[in-house]
Parts: sequence; structure tokens; C-alpha cells
Amino acid sequence: MLTRAYQHTLNSSGVPAGQLLLEVQDVSLRFGGVSALTDVSFTVTQGHIHSVIGPNGAGKSSLLNCVSGLYHPQDGNVLLHTGADQGARGTTSHELTRLPPHRIARLGVARSFQNIELFAHLTVLENLMLGRHIHMRHSVAASLLWFGPARNQEIAHRALVEEVIDLLQLQAYRHQAVGSLAYGIQKRVELGRALCIQPALLLLDEPMAGMNAEEKEDMARYVLDVHELAGVTVILIEHDMNVVMDISDRVSVLDFGRLIADGTPDEVKANPAVIEAYLGAEVLV
Amino acid sequence: MSTFPKLLATLATERPNEVALQEKRYGIWQPLTWSSYDARVRDFAHGLASLGVERGDVVAVLGDNRPEWLIAELAAQTLGAAVVGIFPTSLNEELRHILTLARVKVVVAEDQEQVDKLLRLRLETPAAAEPKAGDDAQGDDEAAAELLVETVIYYDPHGLESYTDPCLKEFTDVEALGRDLAALRPGWLDAERDKSGPDDIAIICTTSGTTSRPKLGELSHANLLAMAEHLTSVDPIGAKDRYVSFLPFAWIGEQMLAVACGLSRGLTVSFPEDALTQRSDLREIGPNVMFSPPRIWESMLSEVQVRIDEAGWLKRSVFGWAYNVGDKVAGRRGKGQGPGLGLALAHRVADVVGLHPVRDQLGLARIKRCYTGGAPLGPDVFRFFHAIGVNLKQIYGQTEICGIAVVHRDDAIAFNTVGSPIPGTELRITDNGEILLRSASVFRGYHRQPEVTAETVDAEGWLHTGDAGYLDEAGQLIVIDRAKDVLQTADGTRFSSAFIENKLKFSPYIEEAVTFFGDSAGGNGTGGAEHGGMTALVTLDPLTVGSWAEHEHLSYTTYSDLASKPEVHTLVAEEVDRANQDLPESIRVRRFVILHKQFDPDDDEITRTRKVRRSVINKRYADIITALGKGEPSVQVHSSVTYQDGTTVERTIDLRIFDLTSYAVPAGQGRRPVWSGRR
Repeated sequence: MLTRAYQHTLNSSGVPAGQLLLEVQDVSLRFGGVSALTDVSFTVTQGHIHSVIGPNGAGKSSLLNCVSGLYHPQDGNVLLHTGADQGARGTTSHELTRLPPHRIARLGVARSFQNIELFAHLTVLENLMLGRHIHMRHSVAASLLWFGPARNQEIAHRALVEEVIDLLQLQAYRHQAVGSLAYGIQKRVELGRALCIQPALLLLDEPMAGMNAEEKEDMARYVLDVHELAGVTVILIEHDMNVVMDISDRVSVLDFGRLIADGTPDEVKANPAVIEAYLGAEVLV
Repeated sequence: MSTFPKLLATLATERPNEVALQEKRYGIWQPLTWSSYDARVRDFAHGLASLGVERGDVVAVLGDNRPEWLIAELAAQTLGAAVVGIFPTSLNEELRHILTLARVKVVVAEDQEQVDKLLRLRLETPAAAEPKAGDDAQGDDEAAAELLVETVIYYDPHGLESYTDPCLKEFTDVEALGRDLAALRPGWLDAERDKSGPDDIAIICTTSGTTSRPKLGELSHANLLAMAEHLTSVDPIGAKDRYVSFLPFAWIGEQMLAVACGLSRGLTVSFPEDALTQRSDLREIGPNVMFSPPRIWESMLSEVQVRIDEAGWLKRSVFGWAYNVGDKVAGRRGKGQGPGLGLALAHRVADVVGLHPVRDQLGLARIKRCYTGGAPLGPDVFRFFHAIGVNLKQIYGQTEICGIAVVHRDDAIAFNTVGSPIPGTELRITDNGEILLRSASVFRGYHRQPEVTAETVDAEGWLHTGDAGYLDEAGQLIVIDRAKDVLQTADGTRFSSAFIENKLKFSPYIEEAVTFFGDSAGGNGTGGAEHGGMTALVTLDPLTVGSWAEHEHLSYTTYSDLASKPEVHTLVAEEVDRANQDLPESIRVRRFVILHKQFDPDDDEITRTRKVRRSVINKRYADIITALGKGEPSVQVHSSVTYQDGTTVERTIDLRIFDLTSYAVPAGQGRRPVWSGRR
């Protein structure tokens, strides 16, 4: 193979760039008497980096959990469009709120967690191969013996995983146990595992939390690479306003479970409701 | 006498299916056989020809070591063009200087980073760049010359998908273009290749330029092949030998082994996967031959020191015993004696339990010979490698003589010499102590700078090295320093600052040291007034000092914070005092300062090959140097730091000057062993 270009596409969405990928419609989520989300509606466009911001407890992670199926909202719908060629049973859009998480993952929704959720005692490579698990189809016996088609399949999956390792520059850590790695690297491995699913939509829950300025810049670079090189649509939750305003195509702002603004970074920055809720009323610039 | 493309063609017919190059990609060593190497070179040569590269042109390559680097080099040479390698870390002015001086039309660049640099350079109007070039007071009219780059070929397309600049071409597209063209004119390329003679320029190497802007040394096929012939007649290299290429191809040392010896002896060259995996890839390959500048050997020793210090007492004491045995054997071998029976047996055991494992960890288990060159290496580092059973030898040479003229022989390695001339090389010392060299490998001259060439090579073909040196009783060459850097104290002791600096730098905690003599800034005074004597500017090795600080439960944030700790001052004071013990009274270091930052090539303080630029240091740190000379207790600095993206920041910092005149090592503390940072 002469060219150094990647041979696998990491974006599995069949929706053309610029069209609607995800529609969140009037989603409300309650835990007993506590309202985590109230009538939240917005849309995500294929090919965008869409950030969700808001103060602590605003419901950002809950929203992500509704999309990935960990929470089931009491009201409202979340529609994922998969494009014409992907539609299982002839349909091209899927209602996610009633589906179990593994079915949503099969539809191509991948995520990383705010607190690292990796297998600390497995190597980076093994963790990333796990990201391929939903794509592996072979019998238990063939897998155990690592024989014939099972073996070939694993080699084929490894090729894709290696491209992700190359993209995220994880070569030096390939065979190291994840638990022994620095925090910043572990975050990168989490991003890598989500990418190995070949996502149609990538949900990143605070990928830069707890990082110093340099690590943040690196991570922002990787998120941009994933977006630009692999063409993956990203929903990003992040606290660092500089990062958010720098790399997002669109920003949605939550406050106490309600959507208070939605627009381009410049529009959101200028929105008085956002300035009051997020930055404090006095800091009008 | 042949040329590199002809050698490649021969190898491709004689050993078509053996591995010529291999690169680790996607976790696997991906081989390239001699025949496919040759085929890719031919395709790319046709492609280059279609982009207008002609005989006599210069093609620049800017990037890390990859097979494409060598393919581009050989392809250009097939067409009768030369290649100039540029260090991948080079920035704007340096890049422009090389590209304009060599009148480069086609650049082969690695990736987005390098392409961005080149595109930015093309956007700048020459008028905007001119005043800057004038500041350098070089007075050469080349500085104002126009940038002629027409085509930029990249081989790593990641991130470049959306670039639309018409000058950009992908490497594989150029190869495909060449393949189509080859079908149209069969035999043309063979004819072109055979038109080149051994005296044509093969490569242009930038000289390291510690004194001024880099000059471009033209080396012919004959120069390089003569060097390979002479070197391998002393130290045979065979087709089965392995070589790992991880130092920049722009450096003559890498061209020397990977290209000149590689093609004339047909050895396999391996490329590591990534800068961070170099060490583990080196260990996977286990090279038989290696040539690295001192910093690589020094960092290997630091690594051993750090890891031994982290090991438990059992491992420490086993290694300590094995090291002592190895050191004794190496010491006897140096004197030309064999070990006695008892020592030989002990050495056998020591090798199994202590020495081989360390060699294996460093990736040196298979090494037959390895070399250091480019700058002096501390005798103690030398001794360490010989003690653990690594046959490390000093090379003395310059870009102007293909990197090597003098080398240690296997049975005569004296740590303070650089060895004896390789066959076919004449050596002469002038009356004022300058080393002169003459051989078939003396370069053709500086590219488009005949007047500078005339100053360097005289009518009889002697290369004036500018180094001062002398021969010892055994006829081995001892290099003091650059002739103009050799100084004299008030009592008449002749010395060089590099000699003292190397003594200091042997400490695992000191990364770089610059010494000054007398109380005048610039350090070239012979005054030695009441406050005179040696002073030093020291930078720390963050890895070893950091691990030491952790061990001492000392918390720190950044490098400058670490450098300002009183404990670190005491640590360095001990190290300097240790170095002082080996120096004559008149040139002992009296005072030192730990600098608030490391030297950085982006700040022009050291070269890309990590040699300190004294003139820059003298100018930038004039205040500190004056304060050092006067013996003040501290000094304030305003520093401007250039970040990698080109922005600069100003800061004010207080630096403490440590006076050693009344310093004594606290009683009851022994000397630490070479291989450890602890007692």
C-alpha cells in the first residue's frame, strides 16, 4: 500500500453533510420530583461540531444520556436519521427514546464518558478492539480457537483500530495497560474507543475536563482532526468557553434543564440570557 | 566508481526480494524490497522530470525519516539532480535561506506541518523578508534572492484534503504520473541515470552553523562512496546488518551510514513508527551498527541512571557488582591486557546477570560497533558503555569530509582521543595547532559560495578544519576545540571552554553548561582580576532532576520553578564541585548560575544538532555573565521566550548566583557511582 491516506472511513452516517442528523423534540426528564430536562428541543446537522454548554447541574450529561439510551425521558422524542442506505427495515430515521443502549450503539451512536470508563487492566489496543466488538460476527467456538473466519475478521478489525491509533498518535502506548497511563492519554483512548465503533454520531462528555491548557489544546486538536479528517459529527459537552467558541459550528445552552439559547458561537456569545445564566449578570462585556 | 542510483539498480537485480527498507506503520514492520524500492524510485524520478526537475537542479526534502525521503533522494540523483536535506524543525528564516541559496524549485515535504511552513513562506513577499536578512550582517546578496519553489510534494496527506493550492501534489500521485510517463519513453531514465558520473553532486548537507547561518556543503557520489569504502575497510558492514534510521537525514552522519554505507553494502534500513516509539522500535530491531551524536548516548546513560535508581536494592547491588567487573575488564582491554582467568569467569557471570539485560533494554544487544561524533563525549560516558560491553567508538570529521576522517580502532580505544585517520586519509597539524585533513572524501565546495570554499580547502586539497588538536604518543588524535575557542589563563594554562563544559555536562543533572573566563562579558578576556576565574551558566536535565526531586519529596511545577529551588542549587553545586576535582586550580569553576529555561533551537541558542551557539548566549545573557564575573549574589533577567507557534512573551526573574569559593561538600558523603544519581 503506497499511500499514507487512511483506508477506512470512520464516519458511518449515510446522511449527506448539511442535512439533519439528530432531532431532539420537547424532551423532558424527571427523577421523582426533580426536573432534569424540561421541553428541550434542538437539531444537530451532519458534519457539525455541536457543543452543549451550561452551568453545573444544567442537565448536559442527562441530555447526552437520553440520546445514548442510558436514560429514558418521560416526554418527547429523539430522532436519529441514518440515511437511505442504512435504514434497517426500510426506515431511515429512528426514535431513540425507547431503544436500549446497545441498539442505539448499533445505529452508530458512540460516546465517551465524563469519568473515564475504560478497562484499566487491559492494554490500549485491547480497549480499542472492544470498540469493534459490536461489529464482530462469529461463533463462540471459532472465536475461542481463533480460527478461520474469526481470525481473518479480527485482523481486518485490527487494521481499522491501527488507523485510529495513528490518527490519535497512540503508537507509543499501544501495549501498555490503560490504568498505568497519564490522565490525558486515557481521555484520548476513550475518544479512540468511541471512534472504533465507526460512529454516525459521536457524543463527547467533557473530553477536556481536568486538563491543563496544553493538554486541552492537544485534545481540541484531536477532536478537530476527528471531525475534519474522519468527517464525524460530534456533540461536545465542555466547560472551557474558549475551546467551545473556537471549535464549534453550533452551540446550545442549557440552564436548569431548559434550553435558553441555540445558535452559532457568535450569536450565543451575544445572547443576554446566556450571559446572565452562564457568566453572571454583572459581567456584561 | 559508481553512483547511488547505479548501486540501487545493481542491488535490485542481484537481490530483488530481500528487504531494503522497512518502516513500522500500523504496528507492523512493512518491508520494501530492493526491486520495489527501485521501481518506486524510477516512478518518482519520471514524476519529478515531468515537474521540470533537470540535471544540475537541487530538490529539497523536509521531513522526518521515512522511505519516501530516500526514494525522493535517489529519484533526484537518477535525474542528475542533487538533494538538500532540511531539518524538519527548521523555521522560516532558516528555511528561506536554504531554499533560496540552493535555488530549489521542488520541495518534498512530509505532512501538513511542513506544508504549512512552506506555503506561509511562499506567501511572504521577498521584500518583507529582506530587512530581517540584512540584520544578520552576512553581507551576502543571496539573502535577498527570490524564493523559486514551484511545487511542494507531500507524502502524508492527513489534514491536507481541503488544501487547494495548485503547487501541492501528493507523493503517490507524482509516482502514478511518472508511471504513465515511463510507458511513453522507455529507456529514457536509464540513459539519464548513466549520464551521471561519480563526481556529480549527490547530496548537499547543511553545515551545523554554530558560528553563522548554515552553509551548504556539496558532496559528490565519489566523496561519499570513498568514505564508505574506507570506513568499511576498517569496520566491515555486511548485507545482513541491521540499521535503524532515526536521526535527521539532513545530518551527514545519517546519510553516511543509511545511504552511503547502506547502498554500497546493501544493509537493511529500518524506520521507527513515531518519535515517541524510537526507543522501543530500536529495541525491536536490535541494530548491528549505530552512529549518534553524544546527546543520544548521554540520554541513554541518564535513562539507565533513572531506572537503576528506581529499582530495588537487589537489582541495584547486582548491577553495581556486574558493572564493576565489566569496568575492570574494559579498563584492562584499554591497556591492551586480557582479563585474568578469575576475572574472565566473573565477567561471564556479570554479563548474564547484569550487563546483557541492560544492553538489551537499551536496544544495544546486537551492536557490533557504534559511533559517536559531532561533538565531544565525556570520557565517563564512554567508560560506561565499554563497561557494559558496548563497543562505542569516537568519530572525528565534518560535513566537509563526509562526516568521518578519524575513528578509533577496535583494539585501541582511548577515551580522551578520537582515534586515527581511516585509510586514504592524510592528517597534518599546522604550526599553530590546526588540524588539516586530505582525502578523496573532501567535499566539492560550498554551494554557490566559492570564496568561502577557497578559505576552507587550499590549493593542495587540504581541508582546514578550524579545530585545534595534537597527536598523542600512540599517534592518536586529540581534539581540543575549535581553534578560535582555545584560551589561555593568566598563568599560561591552555584550555578550551568545551573541555570544562563537558566535565560539567557529564553530571546527569546538567543538560548544558556554558563557561566564561574572566570578568568581562563574552568570556574572552584574559584578565583574571580579583573577581576573575571561571564561571558557568548551567541548564538542568529536567528528567533526572525531576526524578531526583520526586525522590527527595520536593514539589515543583515548571522547569523554572525547579531551577529556582535552593535544594537544586545545592545538588548542582555538588556536581560542579565534583567536576572541579578533575580540573587544574586555575580553571576551576568559581561561580555558577542555573538558567531559568533550557536552551532551545527555536530561540537560536543551540543548533538543531544541539550545539550551543556561544555568540547568541553571550549576547542574550550578557547581564547574567557580567554579574557572574563580578561575583554579585543574584541577577535579574528579562527573558523573552519564543513558543513553537512563533509568539514571544516577556518575563522578569531573579536568578541566584552560587559561589563555590567557600563551598565544601558536606562531610560523610561518598562519591556516587557513574551509573546512578544516588550514593
